[in-house]
Amino acid sequence: MSDSATVADHNPALQHHFADMEQQQQAATMGMWVFLITEIMFFGGMFLAYMVYRYMYYAAFVAGSQAMDFWYGTINTIVLICSSLTMALAVRASQVGQRKALVALLIVTMLFGCAFMGIKAIEYTGHWRDHQFPGANFHFAGPDPQHIEIFFSLYWAMTGFHALHMLIGIVVVGFITFYAWRGRYGPDYHNPVENVGLYWHFVDIVWIYLYPLLYLISHKHTG
Amino acid sequence: MAAIPLPGAEHENYLNKEYGIRSWLLTTDHKRIALLYLLSITFFFFIGGFFALLIRLELLTPAGDLVQADTYNKLFTMHGQVMVFFFLIPAVPAVLGNFLIPIMIGAKDLAFPRINLLSWYIFIIGGCFMLYTILTGGADTGWTFYTPLSTSFLDTHVVAAAVAIFIAGFSSILTGLNFIVTVHRMRAPGMTWSRLPLFVWANYATSIIQVLGTPVLAITLALVALERLFHFGIFDPQKGGDPLLFQHLFWFYSHPAVYIMILPGMGVVSEIVACFSRKRVFGYKFMALAVIAIAVFGFLVWAHHMFVAGISLYAALVFSLLSYLVAVPSAIKVFNWTATMYKGSISYTTPMLYAFGFIGLFTMGGLTGLFLAALGLDVHVTDTYFVIAHFHYIMVGGMVMAYIGGLHFWWPKISGRMYPESWGRLAALTIFIGFNLTFFPQFILGYLGMPRRYWQYSPEYQVLNVLSTAGSTILAVGYVLPMVYFLWSMRYGKVADENPWGAAGLEWMTASPPPTFNFDETPEVTWEAYNYGEAKEVPVER
Amino acid sequence: MSAHVVPKKTYITVWGILMILTVVTALVSRIDLGHLSAIVALAIATGKALLVVLFFMGVKYINQKMTIVVIVAGIFWLAILMVLSMADYGTRLWS
Repeated sequence: MSDSATVADHNPALQHHFADMEQQQQAATMGMWVFLITEIMFFGGMFLAYMVYRYMYYAAFVAGSQAMDFWYGTINTIVLICSSLTMALAVRASQVGQRKALVALLIVTMLFGCAFMGIKAIEYTGHWRDHQFPGANFHFAGPDPQHIEIFFSLYWAMTGFHALHMLIGIVVVGFITFYAWRGRYGPDYHNPVENVGLYWHFVDIVWIYLYPLLYLISHKHTG
Repeated sequence: MAAIPLPGAEHENYLNKEYGIRSWLLTTDHKRIALLYLLSITFFFFIGGFFALLIRLELLTPAGDLVQADTYNKLFTMHGQVMVFFFLIPAVPAVLGNFLIPIMIGAKDLAFPRINLLSWYIFIIGGCFMLYTILTGGADTGWTFYTPLSTSFLDTHVVAAAVAIFIAGFSSILTGLNFIVTVHRMRAPGMTWSRLPLFVWANYATSIIQVLGTPVLAITLALVALERLFHFGIFDPQKGGDPLLFQHLFWFYSHPAVYIMILPGMGVVSEIVACFSRKRVFGYKFMALAVIAIAVFGFLVWAHHMFVAGISLYAALVFSLLSYLVAVPSAIKVFNWTATMYKGSISYTTPMLYAFGFIGLFTMGGLTGLFLAALGLDVHVTDTYFVIAHFHYIMVGGMVMAYIGGLHFWWPKISGRMYPESWGRLAALTIFIGFNLTFFPQFILGYLGMPRRYWQYSPEYQVLNVLSTAGSTILAVGYVLPMVYFLWSMRYGKVADENPWGAAGLEWMTASPPPTFNFDETPEVTWEAYNYGEAKEVPVER
Repeated sequence: MSAHVVPKKTYITVWGILMILTVVTALVSRIDLGHLSAIVALAIATGKALLVVLFFMGVKYINQKMTIVVIVAGIFWLAILMVLSMADYGTRLWS
């Protein structure tokens, strides 16, 4: 397809090395999905470590899980699921060209994300104060404190990397919100909103697994 | 890079379209990015090679008399880390792959040109961290970072090295991601999967590994850093951690990584062998399937690096069996290259010499891999020079030769100039002789029991070590030669036309060097790959 | 691009099911199921994940086979990492 004759696509968002918008959008979406499977493998390494140590030190994992705050974890799960709803609705708004709704929904999504981060900050502060951060200051009153330190190491690593991904997600959604407010997205061009949505939902899915694995291991909850 | 004025009009191409450092540092042209990578990895090749020479110098004598033991540990660590992560992993994909894949499939660029540039900047940032690590004293963990040595017992720059490699890993991931989407979505009309050059198939398979394996290395190194900085305990036996967990995670990437470090070379060899046998590659379908099979099976064998580390015997048996399976597709490729040459019209050009070298040396390296996959034999030769010889035969005798051969083969396309053929052949021969002299004695040394990573050794090993060091100096000369005459050729080399080799492939149907958007008009492909006609003589400069 | 616009009601229904499943998994964790606890918890989590993938991420409505291949490949590779590693840990005490 030579550059000169194409009439169909004068979409200002079309990049020159693509033949048409459809090719560009398919490439971008496929690129996001391939990126997401790299993230599956990235978190996967930590899930393997979790699996190995839960297998080896089940009692310690039970004890560690019981020390987690059930309500913070559950509220955060609810917050993220709500944020996925608003994100999906935002994508839908971009597909049908509802600019105001799109911007509003993206802002609400970010707010949910910030709420999540806020609750995590409170949680982390509490854990830190209670000497539940690994290292020299770690202290756990209970059986098997050394293996419980491993549980907490994984807790901090897994939720820490998850929170980092949330933060990046909030920032990226912020950029998309700005462009949406400027009117960049509509029925003809909304692929970036979709792709950011894919990333957001993925981060939600990671938490969907972290929640039962970290907060709900045993049938007794102290929180 | 200035265009050299020539008698006659010079067509506009990707090199002379724009001048100035900004046009290079802000380029999104995959061909310019390939050259940026070429300069960067050549720089790191010299650094890694410098460490290698120091190692060989120390090993001239049985006593540890050149450097201290701790320093020696740093030498082999930095040699390995620099060569693997900053030279071999990017080499063919980021240089030749970046340059050629869009052209070979008839596209104007990769799917994500800006991400391509970003991947180079990420590589440079990782490289800066690696240089910082080296200049401030280096790490001495071995390139393998084994815990708990790396996490609990060393006070060298382990975190800096881990950060450098973590960052470089993202460069690799982005390159792989770009290639996968490009091959799926950017092929020109008529360029079906079954018409793709095998070089494209090989890089596609490599990209699958890069995308699925590298993230695991990333998280593993991150966990090592967290363990060092915050004493997490995940790999610390004193806290109940299992050092073998580190090894599982590390080798889950690092074994497939060795296939990242060979598959692109196999792709290069397929292109070269077809061209200089004037025949289509024998068994195209099997060749394409074989690279995919290697990429997939390569993920199933990692614990063969851990046979003596303490894994369960039953796991060892499973991994040993799987390791034998992965040799099958590799062997198929060797047979098919040979069958391609059978009754072909062979020309002994420089690229073809490198291809011959690859096929022979890769076969030796691969076979010795099978020795290592046998549990009983591995107990005897693991962690000896046998292993070192094995992987250098594949990575240096294989991949590096394929890379250099590919540089020669596509040099006219990249630069618009021919390199001097006699010097090319001389360098190829020098490299081949130097390589074998360096590494063959190491097979014997390993079998006789000389351990790896030791800076002193028993006197009875000295003769073989001296031979090996002598070989390494010859090898070094062989590597420097192409650098000199490639540079020379950019000013004085014979101007190349579109297709100096008479080769098949879309890249030979556009100008040398190509225009910025690769083709004046998007090609429409109606022919099969490697449509070589009658066997005819290749015009070669004598 | 994928032209299918999903009705708002679908999204809200999926959200509702996800909420219910969250409550379920929290309540079920209070029951002592022994070894089954982990399996039930992971099953519920996987159910939730599937809902997000199919509806929120739109996989139910796309016609690109390649997307499914990519997703399945990612999950399969994670499985390789876990299964083969556990082949070591699970059998260490056998001999």
